[in-house]
Amino acid sequence: MHKLTLTELAAGLRSKAFSSVELTQHFLDRTHQHHDLNAFITVSADSALQQAQAADQLLATGNAGPLAGIPIAQKDIFCTLGTKTSCGSKMLDNFIAPYDATVVEHFNSAGAVMLGKLNMDEFAMGSSNENSFYGPVRNPWATDCVPGGSSGGSAAAVAARLAPAVTGTDTGGSIRQPAALCGITGLKPTYGRVSRYGMIAYASSLDQGGPMARSAEDAALLLQVMAGFDPKDSTSVDQTVPDYSTSLNDSLQGLKIGLPKQFFSAELDSQMAATIQAAIAEYQKLGAEVKEVDMPNLQLAIPAYYVIASAECSSNLSRYDGVRFGYRCQNPADLTDLYTRSRGEAFGAEVKRRILMGTYALSAGYYDAYYLKAQQVRRLISDDFKRALSEVDVLMGPVTPNTAFNIGEKTSDPIQMYLEDIYTIAINLAGLPAMSIPAGFIDGKPVGLHVIGNYFSEAKLLNVGHRYQQVTDWHLQVPKGFE
Amino acid sequence: MSLTANDVKKIAHLARLGIAEQDVEHYAKDLSGVLALMTQMGQLDTIGVTPMAHPLDQMQRLRDDAVTETDQRDHFQTIAPQTEAGLYLVPKVID
Repeated sequence: MHKLTLTELAAGLRSKAFSSVELTQHFLDRTHQHHDLNAFITVSADSALQQAQAADQLLATGNAGPLAGIPIAQKDIFCTLGTKTSCGSKMLDNFIAPYDATVVEHFNSAGAVMLGKLNMDEFAMGSSNENSFYGPVRNPWATDCVPGGSSGGSAAAVAARLAPAVTGTDTGGSIRQPAALCGITGLKPTYGRVSRYGMIAYASSLDQGGPMARSAEDAALLLQVMAGFDPKDSTSVDQTVPDYSTSLNDSLQGLKIGLPKQFFSAELDSQMAATIQAAIAEYQKLGAEVKEVDMPNLQLAIPAYYVIASAECSSNLSRYDGVRFGYRCQNPADLTDLYTRSRGEAFGAEVKRRILMGTYALSAGYYDAYYLKAQQVRRLISDDFKRALSEVDVLMGPVTPNTAFNIGEKTSDPIQMYLEDIYTIAINLAGLPAMSIPAGFIDGKPVGLHVIGNYFSEAKLLNVGHRYQQVTDWHLQVPKGFE
Repeated sequence: MSLTANDVKKIAHLARLGIAEQDVEHYAKDLSGVLALMTQMGQLDTIGVTPMAHPLDQMQRLRDDAVTETDQRDHFQTIAPQTEAGLYLVPKVID
């Protein structure tokens, strides 16, 4: 059952080849069997089986939606009523959210079953999942390697077939980079497309939730449930959600693909370059035209991102004060000691670095030099994308500079880790949708192809991904031991 | 430009963030590295460029000034570290 696509699972449930309870139990068993991957922070077996029973009843009525009875899992950044939401942090190790995130509500009303909550870098800050309070996640393709981050548990769970499809969030590459490193399909939608209500905030002008699945076809079904206007999210965009599945098979004849010169510089690893070029050649066979585009300000995306993200993080994370919820230190001497020690004892090193950096960038006398400057650079980067996307339909390139690296390899130098996201970060600054699709392997480790589109062009991206997946089988490969 | 141990202590105080004494030097080194990365932005002339705060240049949406939330104090306080008589407790602030 774990080999079937979402569409096949939905058909199997309807034809009564298996029930949702059987399907759910099957994935719970797999999760148990492969718990050493550490993909889950919480497995909610009891509530999952209850949801599955309810879904079986709903399916029997004949009025169930496409995801009814299908087990999914949520990144542990989405608040779930009654189930722990830790955000990968000691700070929220005891936190049971008093409400459901809008995304979770959407899955619940679609009748989907939640298997549990997935491991992640603490507060979504990281590119390797090594910053989780619950320990690193292992990459199913090479278990001594990282799965990427911050949605590392999400990517590993899909790659290992512990869940057919899951959610992730992407602030600087946190859906696409782990999707690339684990050989799955991950889509970061346009900023504002998916509600951020109940999605624990890291950098509010960049954060965006999205689907992570095995194929573009599955991702389309997931996004259909996730996307939509939400009055509870002040930056949610009130725009009609198209049917993402109907355009999947559209022809790519005449599709204009732009290749940003800066993505293919001499520094790009030669095997990575060859793999990406081979994928692009496949698109040419499908009728696409390729042209080079120049995006001169891309190189400053990383510095601008770390100013903006850190500044927003320092502001957002000021809510964790040990007073209303979350971790509180023992025997505080006074109020300042309560704040300082609760935060000092419960935040990990990377979160502390970003809070400190953001506080510095926003402090008196430095605001203009850092925060304002970064917002201006952000405008120039966004203008680069606007210009490029006025000439072409999509942009393509690598998602990551390298394949999955060893656990521990990049933890000593934060900047080394930041450079992991060199190709993904600019897209968040511009707020554009982008996707990673499996495009090959280097030494047995997956490579992702980056497809970037214009605002609200998710249907086009899924179409571009799906057509490629009709003529390639990279997305069908299963890591050894997880067949 | 680099940050000293004293700078780190000052910023940590502003952020009400406890940093162990033995880790201060380490943070100073790491943050100086990140700061050096950030100063690369200086190479770009941004005079006259409008800062971008929101990817879609959207304005804050307003809603009607009407009560939409119900009182859920008891529900919310079930996850609080310490409460009494419906109030959140913190160490004594005024003697």
